[in-house]
Amino acid sequence: MKLTLKIWRQAGPEAKGKMVTYPLDGVDGDMSFLEMMDILNEELVNKGEEPVEFDHDCREGICGSCNMMINGQPHGPQKLTTTCQLHMRKFNDGDTITIEPWRAAAFPVIKDLIVDRSSFDRIQQAGAYVSVNTSGNTQDANSIPVEKEKADEAFHSATCIGCGACVAACKNASAMLFTSAKVSQYALLPQGEVEATKRVQDMVRQMDIEGFGNCTNTGACMIECPKGIKLENIARMNREYLKAETLS
Amino acid sequence: MSVLDSKVPQGPLAEKWVTHKNTINLVNPANKRNIDVIVVGTGLAGGSAAATLAELGYNVKTFCYNDSPRRAHSIAAQGGINAAKNYQGDGDSNFRLFYDTIKGGDYRSREANVHRLAEVSSNIIDQCVAQGVPFAREYGGLLDNRSFGGVLVSRTFYAAGQTGQQLLLGAYSALNRQINRGKVQPFNRHEMLDLVKVDGKARGIIARNLVTGEIERHGAHAVVIASGGYGNVFFLSTNAMGSNVMAAWRTHRRGAYFANPCYTQIHPTCIPVSGEHQSKLTLMSESLRNDGRIWVPKNLEDAKAIREGKKRGVDLKEEDRDYYLERRYPAFGNLVPRDVASRAAKERCDAGYGVNKTGNAVYLDFEASFLRYGKVEALTSGHKDASEAEMIALGKKVIEKKYGNLFDMYRNITDENPYEVPMKIFPAVHYTMGGLWVDYNLQTTVPGCFAAGEANFSDHGANRLGASALMQGLADGYFVLPYTIGDYLANEIRTGEISTETPEFEQAEKDTRARIEKLMNGAGTHSVDYYHKKLGLIMWNKCGMSRNAEDLQSAMDEIKELREDFWKNVKVPGSADTKNQELEKAGRVADFLELGELFAKDALTRDESCGGHFREEYQTPEGEALRDDENFAFVSAWEYNENPRDAKLHKEDLVFENVELKTRSYK
Ligand SMILES: Cc1cc2nc3c(=O)[nH]c(=O)nc-3n(C[C@H](O)[C@H](O)[C@H](O)COP(=O)(O)OP(=O)(O)OC[C@H]3O[C@@H](n4cnc5c(N)ncnc54)[C@H](O)[C@@H]3O)c2cc1C
Ligand code: SF4
Ligand code: FES
Repeated sequence: MKLTLKIWRQAGPEAKGKMVTYPLDGVDGDMSFLEMMDILNEELVNKGEEPVEFDHDCREGICGSCNMMINGQPHGPQKLTTTCQLHMRKFNDGDTITIEPWRAAAFPVIKDLIVDRSSFDRIQQAGAYVSVNTSGNTQDANSIPVEKEKADEAFHSATCIGCGACVAACKNASAMLFTSAKVSQYALLPQGEVEATKRVQDMVRQMDIEGFGNCTNTGACMIECPKGIKLENIARMNREYLKAETLS
Repeated sequence: MSVLDSKVPQGPLAEKWVTHKNTINLVNPANKRNIDVIVVGTGLAGGSAAATLAELGYNVKTFCYNDSPRRAHSIAAQGGINAAKNYQGDGDSNFRLFYDTIKGGDYRSREANVHRLAEVSSNIIDQCVAQGVPFAREYGGLLDNRSFGGVLVSRTFYAAGQTGQQLLLGAYSALNRQINRGKVQPFNRHEMLDLVKVDGKARGIIARNLVTGEIERHGAHAVVIASGGYGNVFFLSTNAMGSNVMAAWRTHRRGAYFANPCYTQIHPTCIPVSGEHQSKLTLMSESLRNDGRIWVPKNLEDAKAIREGKKRGVDLKEEDRDYYLERRYPAFGNLVPRDVASRAAKERCDAGYGVNKTGNAVYLDFEASFLRYGKVEALTSGHKDASEAEMIALGKKVIEKKYGNLFDMYRNITDENPYEVPMKIFPAVHYTMGGLWVDYNLQTTVPGCFAAGEANFSDHGANRLGASALMQGLADGYFVLPYTIGDYLANEIRTGEISTETPEFEQAEKDTRARIEKLMNGAGTHSVDYYHKKLGLIMWNKCGMSRNAEDLQSAMDEIKELREDFWKNVKVPGSADTKNQELEKAGRVADFLELGELFAKDALTRDESCGGHFREEYQTPEGEALRDDENFAFVSAWEYNENPRDAKLHKEDLVFENVELKTRSYK
């Protein structure tokens, strides 16, 4: 395949960015999108130019590192797929592909396609945990049975990879889907219930401090989420939050 | 006498750990506040260690190259984690887990360490559940288990095909709690480039801020290396792209011995290599072998026709299929350990029975289990007269629940639907059993420098059984290191803050800068990947699934030559004062080019076959590994000496008092 790539280049956080066009030949359908980027970078390096910087690590769709707006969609055109699991067979010979970083005030650009998502970490530090000591003196794991359906639901919420596509997809750059997935996981499990009130308040507060926008129920986040995190989580978080606010 | 003191406590095996905990030195809580610990790596081992150390009261700094601790490579682990809980009542016990692990590792691990691992294993599950890790459950609300290769009991806990993710998020949540309390200071997007020693003790590190390029000095009373494994020396592996050996290797260069570098696990169930462009290989969790059957065609003509696309595997009749693992190893069948399964696949493919274009693939087939599960499902849901097609459809749903994400991943990568045609798999580099040598306290040969998780030479021996790496990482981090490090730190309470304004830090920083400068100033003919790929090919062809003396010798020479060329001709564009991923890669590949040579040398000195180390010269007439306990029941620990080929070998003799060394048979 022969492609034309239009890629956002930005030398640093303060630098002015611009779209740069690169022609690329010899792309194979079996390549992942990131492997296609590797080829481009190899070419750039061989020409003595600076390669395009992008975040990636596992290349298995699980670490949540990779993040690119591909033709205006986070992680590209394929549903339930991260960029590293997107394959070039989804594109056609002669296509022009636009590649940009996530855009949100709470995700400042570091370089080229790399953004700073540490705001997500800070939201979790605000309370996404169970306050149990790591002493090894905990009770036997089977002493508290958990309904299978509940456990599965908690697991499903817990599979969020923290990629930030939900924020990138949202016109308000809201972090509700991400935060609510975390809140839900713990709200659904007996271990997390004790601190539920404080947890949801602290996490929501941090979300606002970080400058994420509000949710206006458009649902773009869910459509673009590579892990299929459901909107129900947002509803659950809202309930938890309301409960917390009325109780305290 | 060896200079290596394993510090294994005296007394009966089952009491060693308890006795040790009762007698080692403790640090008073008031003094812990004055002690700083650096933890390099925030995977299962580093994340859990940092959280626990902070909770105990130490001041902790964590470092990782990822943008968040949550993205450490541990997140990718799929299958599960072992623990001797015996919830299934199928005869499991601490001793049995210990025994399986020692045997699985081909009697090349330390008895006392492995027994401790088995002892603390059930605590890990309790701890994780208390933290809110959503393990899979049965309808009764209790935890579910499955089995993995090399064992006959069901002791593996899991969370669908994403166990590592959930365990890591658990450790990360514990870490977050400590960050919120101000006890852990995280340095993300930071790479450790050197270890700093003062008066022979580890006193800090030199790190590079990967965003600004700044070189930073960080001091501490002790340093924990939990930087993961080095499988990426092969270029193609199941490891995350950034996994590297740098932290461990630089520590080795500063005096820590590197143990058993040649022990590499080749995982039998990975998606086969499809072409030149590939950057990594993807694992299909071993848990699939619980339900999938592995086979190749019985007849060469069929195999050939399949390779040429003239026939399809699914159309081959039962009697034309060779379920070679079930045939060769009736007791364990598809669940033989990974080294055995990998070699058997290679043997069939080398003999011409491979089923993909390159001839390097075998089938992993779920047809039988679709029907088996479907039958049960039909009966239990009152669907007593279901047709076979209906049962198969029901069975597919069951499999989808169990392994849905793995099946999706397979489909995504290969463009083939594994619900309709059997998966194709082939062995790939997966895990490294070698690493920094550590004693029973997890201390390296550099006082004050500890190593945990995949970065140490670990408890796995020459082979690792499935679901044991997660167990080892968390055991080290939650339950072992936090105790044993106290024994060392008890003598540090009067040291006072570690200054980084000393000649030692000055010198280490200078060395680091010089190294970076040298990389930036290469004459510039080839990219970093060019060298990495070349190294990977040498490693795979000559130090891979099977090895022989002649190949290993030439591998050492080729790697040396490649390394010299790298330092003369590598091209790293851009500048060192900003984010520069090419520079990051260059630093890592430079280390791989040294490690690779030591790897080959280590393999060359071991004239036996054991676990993941298969030397063609040493095999039984049936092609099974031929171990030599008389001469090789030791750990190789290499002392750095400028050139990898001049490294000095130290031997830690392995003493087995509780198990009898037997031929490892899975028949
Ligand atoms: C695909 C896959 C599936 C697996 N499935 C299983 C399974 O089912 N069961 C099982 O038991 N095991 C499994 N394993 C193995 C297991 O996941 C790993 O062995 C284990 O997670 C390693 O953990 P770790 O904490 O030692 O290192 P890692 O998780 O690799 O963490 C390394 C850390 O070190 C940091 N780091 C590295 N170098 C530096 C540096 N120079 N400076 C600063 N930071 C650095 C990284 O950022 C990272 O935080 C699997 C492995 C893979 C690849
Ligand atoms: S909710 Fe979905 S899109 Fe948002 S961070 Fe999690 S996985 Fe990514
Ligand atoms: S690189 Fe890990 S999710 Fe894409």
